[in-house]
Amino acid sequence: MKILIIEDEPQMLENMRQTLEREQYIVETATDFTAANDKIGAYDYDCILLDITLPDGNGLELLKELKALGKEDGVIIVSAKDSLDDRIKGLNLGADDYLPKPFHMAELHARVKAIVRRRNFEGNNQIEIGNVSIDPESRSVFVAEKEVVFNRKEFDVLTYMISNKTRLVTKTALAEHVWGDHIDQADSFDFIYSQIKNVRKKLADARATIEIEAVYGVGYKLQVV
Amino acid sequence: MKLLNHTTKYFAILLVVLISVWAVIFYVAMIDEVYDSLDDGLENQKEIIIQAVNDNPELLNDTEFGVNNYTIKKTQVHKETKFKDSYRDTLMYMQNEEDYEPVRILESVFEQDGSYYKLKLITSMVEEDDQIENLFIYLVGLYLALILSILVLNNIVMKRIWKPFYRLIGRLKTFRIEKDDPITAEPTTIDEFNLLNKSVERLTEKSRDSYLAQKEFIENAAHELQTPLAIAINKLELLLEKNGMSIAQSQEVGSVLDNLTRLTRLNKSLLLLSKIDNKQYVDAERIDFTDLVKKMVQDFADFATHKDIELKVDAHQKLTYTMNPDLAVVLMTNLIKNAIVHGQGGKPIHIEIVENQIRIQNYGENSALQSGGLFERFRKASADSRSTGLGLSIAKAIADKYDVALTYSFTDRHEFTLTFP
Repeated sequence: MKILIIEDEPQMLENMRQTLEREQYIVETATDFTAANDKIGAYDYDCILLDITLPDGNGLELLKELKALGKEDGVIIVSAKDSLDDRIKGLNLGADDYLPKPFHMAELHARVKAIVRRRNFEGNNQIEIGNVSIDPESRSVFVAEKEVVFNRKEFDVLTYMISNKTRLVTKTALAEHVWGDHIDQADSFDFIYSQIKNVRKKLADARATIEIEAVYGVGYKLQVV
Repeated sequence: MKLLNHTTKYFAILLVVLISVWAVIFYVAMIDEVYDSLDDGLENQKEIIIQAVNDNPELLNDTEFGVNNYTIKKTQVHKETKFKDSYRDTLMYMQNEEDYEPVRILESVFEQDGSYYKLKLITSMVEEDDQIENLFIYLVGLYLALILSILVLNNIVMKRIWKPFYRLIGRLKTFRIEKDDPITAEPTTIDEFNLLNKSVERLTEKSRDSYLAQKEFIENAAHELQTPLAIAINKLELLLEKNGMSIAQSQEVGSVLDNLTRLTRLNKSLLLLSKIDNKQYVDAERIDFTDLVKKMVQDFADFATHKDIELKVDAHQKLTYTMNPDLAVVLMTNLIKNAIVHGQGGKPIHIEIVENQIRIQNYGENSALQSGGLFERFRKASADSRSTGLGLSIAKAIADKYDVALTYSFTDRHEFTLTFP
């Protein structure tokens, strides 16, 4: 899996590179418009993380260029400018997703995974982990071929944890993903905790070979046992 | 009092004084002239009579005013020089008026054949009381005429002259710094107004510039904060994943992370507020609020259940209103979330939709919130450190933007009401 990160802020770029490399992706980087343009012209990528504001050009132009070349690389726009205009423009130009800065690493993984999955399995994008299989389309979960019913939030928690398997997912990252942008209350952590408890119980009851463990009160980690 | 009436008032007062003084001076001068002329006439007659007596001594017997307007009497005064001609006013019965009327009398002494005679000559005089009355009437007439012409002048001429001024005032009255462009007034031929116009133009332009600059600053600052925040958050997340940290260290990092996330939310809320103010949400469509509320209640169901609160929707009617769809969601989210967060476990939250109102009622602390400043930024009902204190002010900003009234009241529960126009 090849990923191209186009980002002018070196530390931002380094963070993204580190975290994605840990997932065994091959990560390439470009820090300006020209370099990025050269790379997308020469190679194909499974996913491109595209910063809109570049020192020598607008990232949206790269997106146009990419589409003009007839390439089908998945594109996630990463922008500090969380403006509705850019979001709509970007998606209209053929971007697959829009991720406003700042974001959690777990969120980045989930988004990248979703894109890669969609591209590589075209339609049949069942997620298999341990004896658990998930169909994101129909939002159904099977443990050892038997369906287990998860409610909406629980399903979101589970898929998010699976996208970030064996990695630490902080409480805030999880809360924001499941709860959306609008949480700003302490209650949400309690709430997330009770959701996690439910998910754990359902997994355990169905004898799933995955489990979610708490990490020092900071977050959670999904492990295959 | 209007400026025009103000000047008219002062004119009126000034004119009363002016005309009164003028009347006195005029009257004195006029009467003086009248006396002068009467006295000249009497003097002249005196000469004529003395001459006539000289020619015809018979006339010395005219001792009574009868047909003549003079009397001649022998007098004991010998020295002519001892008696100077004297003019007096006196009253005399007038047959035609059947009343005593003022007359002017000249008394003189003359010598005829060695004896001295006293001559009294009269002439009828202006009636002073009549004169004053007339003068008064005419002056009142003049006064009224002047006031009337000033009023006419003001209302026609002055109004036209002051027109640019009133137009400017009108524009200033409706000027909204966040909405309008700087005021540009049409040029006039009056220097003062041009000066005023220019000053107002400059002032509004300056205010607007600094308003925009301030807005831009907040927005830019919020934007610029996003990247360092992202870097810091991500670095800490990577750090947490590294092995070899103690539990205590992890928890410290976790707490820093929580605070950074809070900062991020605060930043996002500020950005949202400035975007609402900036009119960046221009698209609007007919939003079915009944539908929206029902959908939202589903979204919040888990959270509410978690807090042991039941969300009851009582929609009597379909309520639609034109609004930006994203902002409509933010508005309702903030209000419903507010109700759940401050709601009391075990007691329901009522969301009632009637004709043009959405009422969201929750039980909670059993006393009314201080309504002043309730919607102000960074106001927090509790010391809850995780609340940004911006939720209600965002809701208010959105409501204001679309002329929806957002009000708070307390009976036995807290109620936030959206009243759609």
